[in-house]
Amino acid sequence: MKVGVVRFPGSNCDQDCVVALSQFPGMSAEILWHKEDTVAGFDAIILPGGFSYGDYLRCGVSARFSPVMGAVKDFAAAGGPVLGVCNGFQILCESGLLPGALVRNRDLRFICEHTHLRVERTDTPFTRAASSGQILRIPIAHGEGCYFADNDTLRDLREHGQVLLRYSDERGYLSQETNPNGSRDNIAGICNRERNVFGLMPHPERACDPLLGSTDGRVIFQSLLS
Amino acid sequence: MPKVIVTVMPKPSVLDPQGVATAKLMKQSGLAGVGRVRVGKSIEIEFESTPDAAKLEGVARDLLSNPVIEDFRIETLP
Repeated sequence: MKVGVVRFPGSNCDQDCVVALSQFPGMSAEILWHKEDTVAGFDAIILPGGFSYGDYLRCGVSARFSPVMGAVKDFAAAGGPVLGVCNGFQILCESGLLPGALVRNRDLRFICEHTHLRVERTDTPFTRAASSGQILRIPIAHGEGCYFADNDTLRDLREHGQVLLRYSDERGYLSQETNPNGSRDNIAGICNRERNVFGLMPHPERACDPLLGSTDGRVIFQSLLS
Repeated sequence: MPKVIVTVMPKPSVLDPQGVATAKLMKQSGLAGVGRVRVGKSIEIEFESTPDAAKLEGVARDLLSNPVIEDFRIETLP
């Protein structure tokens, strides 16, 4: 499996993704410069974290004008798996590939810490190697990660099983205390209705090596492979 | 040179922690009667000629603001 990791000006987790993905036998990863206008030859696309275009105006908004995004949209429309991490999640929302938006954290602070995530659905290419209700320990690092969607959109997400990860405690209980950024419904990650586009604020690529304190992020990439 | 100001505000239904924090600071500064505060942004645009109103509105809606979380208004200065 060949994964393209898009590098926008200001991406800073692109190389981390390549390193994390390269651990998996059968998986290779390559950087894809944002000026590319094709993603031909790739089996999956990752939009990594960072501060694309300096996060000017709004996080993730400028990336929609990158040539590569047209190709990513076509790739997604054809059913190709697209994963957006952190700034990549913001880009997916701003580009209309996922519903909702990411706004300033409830407490206005940039948060960099490990979180516990409850796996809500395993019927996607990104979570199928996990078990339902499994708790993953994966770090977040963001200032604008509070997921917002209006009530109708939230109901829609729930009805179609599009919420894949929620912030919980280590036993899987949900509360405002386990919600680091004020996201509605403790949402940490959602997919589109077709289930091939997934965005999440936590960084699975930072949880793939025991040296970094957790290897729970592996299950996301393992899912892509299986 | 025509000038346009686009004001972008968080929708009333969206949590605005910056507004809450600002209200608190204003109260601490001794200003009486401070109620709800919302913080948005104001974008000043200078045009070389009068802009196309429909296109300007489209850009304000889809680019300068995010309709999921923000409202906007356009003010044209003479």
